Amino acid sequence: MAELEKVCTKSFLPEERRISAQGGKVFAKNTESSAGREKILSVQDLVIKFKLRGQVLTAVRGVSIDVYRGESLAIVGESGSGKSVFAKSFMGLLDNNGWVDSGSILFDGCDLTKISREKEWTQIRGKRIAMVFQDPMTSLNPLRTIGGQIREALLLHGSLSRAEAKEQTYRILADVGIDDPKRRYRQYPHEFSGGMRQRVVIAIAIAGRPEFLICDEPTTALDVTIQAQILQLLKGLQKKYRLTVIYITHDLGVVAKVADRVAVMYAGDIVEVGSCEEIFFDPRHPYTWALLSSMPQLRAKGEELCTIKGTPPNLYQTIRGDAFAPRNPQALVADFKARPPYFYVTPTHAARTWLLDPRAPKVEPPGHIKRLGEEGGWRNG
Amino acid sequence: MDKGKEVLLSLRGVEVAFGGRGHRFLAVDDVSFDIYRGETFGLVGESGSGKTTLGRAIVRINQTSRGDIIFEGEKINGKIPRELNSKLIQRIQMIFQDPMASLNERAKVDYIVSEGLMNVKKGLSEAERRRLVAEAMREVGLPAEFADRFPHEFSGGQRQRIGIARSLIMKPSLVIADEPVSALDVSIRAQVLNLLAGLQKKNRLTYLFIAHDLSVVRFISDRVAVIRKGKIVELAGTEQLFAHPLHPYTKALLSAVPVPNPVLAKKRQPKLYDPACHDYSADKPVWAEIERGHFVYGNERELAGYRRELAGR
Ligand SMILES: Nc1ncnc2c1ncn2[C@@H]1O[C@H](COP(=O)(O)OP(=O)(O)O)[C@@H](O)[C@H]1O
Ligand SMILES: Nc1ncnc2c1ncn2[C@@H]1O[C@H](COP(=O)(O)OP(=O)(O)O)[C@@H](O)[C@H]1O
Ligand SMILES: [Mg+2]
Ligand SMILES: [Mg+2]
Repeated sequence: MAELEKVCTKSFLPEERRISAQGGKVFAKNTESSAGREKILSVQDLVIKFKLRGQVLTAVRGVSIDVYRGESLAIVGESGSGKSVFAKSFMGLLDNNGWVDSGSILFDGCDLTKISREKEWTQIRGKRIAMVFQDPMTSLNPLRTIGGQIREALLLHGSLSRAEAKEQTYRILADVGIDDPKRRYRQYPHEFSGGMRQRVVIAIAIAGRPEFLICDEPTTALDVTIQAQILQLLKGLQKKYRLTVIYITHDLGVVAKVADRVAVMYAGDIVEVGSCEEIFFDPRHPYTWALLSSMPQLRAKGEELCTIKGTPPNLYQTIRGDAFAPRNPQALVADFKARPPYFYVTPTHAARTWLLDPRAPKVEPPGHIKRLGEEGGWRNG
Repeated sequence: MDKGKEVLLSLRGVEVAFGGRGHRFLAVDDVSFDIYRGETFGLVGESGSGKTTLGRAIVRINQTSRGDIIFEGEKINGKIPRELNSKLIQRIQMIFQDPMASLNERAKVDYIVSEGLMNVKKGLSEAERRRLVAEAMREVGLPAEFADRFPHEFSGGQRQRIGIARSLIMKPSLVIADEPVSALDVSIRAQVLNLLAGLQKKNRLTYLFIAHDLSVVRFISDRVAVIRKGKIVELAGTEQLFAHPLHPYTKALLSAVPVPNPVLAKKRQPKLYDPACHDYSADKPVWAEIERGHFVYGNERELAGYRRELAGR
């Protein structure tokens, strides 16, 4: 690793001009390649900050990404990387001490960052974009019946009569795989198991017939067999209602199962984005390598698991260069000096790392990462 | 298993009952297995299946209502002499999912790490105590100066290291690790798993490793037992269990494990387990060794089917 540092001479430092040019081109390129696919959401240079005890923390550091109608996009990263904050900003649900500092979130032509009044949010939230959270207990009212809560969501978003809403609630309960809807309607959350409660939360989320569903760690609190069922349910609903779904998760197994496309998040930035196969079989960012490498599935008993040295950066401080550089044993000199732009590997696959700069020395991914790609029958280039 | 192996812990027909008359239920139901010295014995099951209760029965927090627990040749459940009890406190240690959750936030790490030791070694000198704390902290990879800090100053991974140090300082032979990495991020999880594996080699520890995450259990365990509703349904060497699961519940559980390969993951259909598939009305189930080291719970008819399955593999 030390040799690499030597190889990357100090001259390997891009001029600022080049960076911005690259940065600008990135998304133009993306649009071309994705011709024919309709963007439902387009985030540009989004910066989100929080003020805590007089200090300002940057939780999302200039993120740009497009989401296409009907796809399922997974945002994967470790806790604190900014996944929830990022997604909550699409629904105006940032905590009171947080704000969108700059950038835009275009949703069907409307810039969500410009919405200031709660009343406008009610036209979006639940109706067009809905969210499912990790812990169903926090989303449900323990004192009200399951049916009552779903019906309320229906009445809020639609123009149904109370009787119609009740009939519709039965249908939605059946939709999310809850048997015996008439009896279940009258029950309370505590009478449901964790998996059943998550089904109810999903029922409430789809009650307003949104086109966009954000699932924030929807199965993290559940057992694997229940998790598999919930993921299958979400897939079925996505198809049936032609939903666009963002899955937020730290679990790469879940990502592999559900995602068409994957965005890898680290320290408030998307460091790599690509199709699910590209991310698993041909990852390019050293953080993606590290994340994939720490999965116990890639190792046999008795072998050492790969770990990531150090800790994520302090978000209260300005981050220079690639935020992952201090923890990356293969970091180039440039990684410490300037923030890498997105380099495109394919029209759908981009990573923010100087390793992809034509002037960079060739750095191979760890062996087991390459094997993962070979097993997947994936060939580079 | 192999003849050369020494049985460290042995459970025979162990039962733990909760609830009074009327709503009595068995959280652990007729459990029998052996753990060999130096191995990692994985116990997997879904939440509420009785894993923690079983671990707590071994460390004598939960009382057993039936059966024997034998440790190093001595029966350790039920009424036991006081000397044996204090020996067990040292020899069997438990690590929890979040060791700090139950702790006094106002206690310094130094106190937390040596608290258990001080309880059993009343005459320990201050110098000796400090030396042992420093040694335990070094073993788990924590800087010595952390001893003067408070638990809330640490990250999840560091806290788990403190929890491990607290157990290690007792010089146990058996460590019951109850979901020790379930609350941790993948990269931190990898660090703690490496640490546990390293400590095992160095200190010849035996682990009962409890988890609901099968990929972690597969990575760390020599043998794996699958528990459902208080009953162990299958037990085998790790690779044997993952390659040739027999019990339909094990099959369902394994089929639900997410695989980190988008091509395979998307093809895979999770199997469902329906407890009604067992007809135990006349033909009663038993805990049987179906092939060397591979145990499964089933009745005569099912066992015959499992034997055919093994023969045809
Ligand atoms: N209300 C808040 N005040 C201050 N900091 C916050 C607040 N909400 C989130 N953060 C910080 O923003 C960062 C990203 O958090 P989050 O999006 O919840 O991470 P993730 O969902 O990836 O685990 C973290 O450092 C977190 O501590
Ligand atoms: N002290 C207790 N009193 C009554 N029931 C208990 C007690 N401890 C655990 N249980 C019950 O025993 C069952 C097994 O619990 P537990 O051993 O914690 O499962 P696991 O660790 O596998 O999630 C659960 O149904 C739980 O509610
Ligand atoms: Mg989150
Ligand atoms: Mg437990």
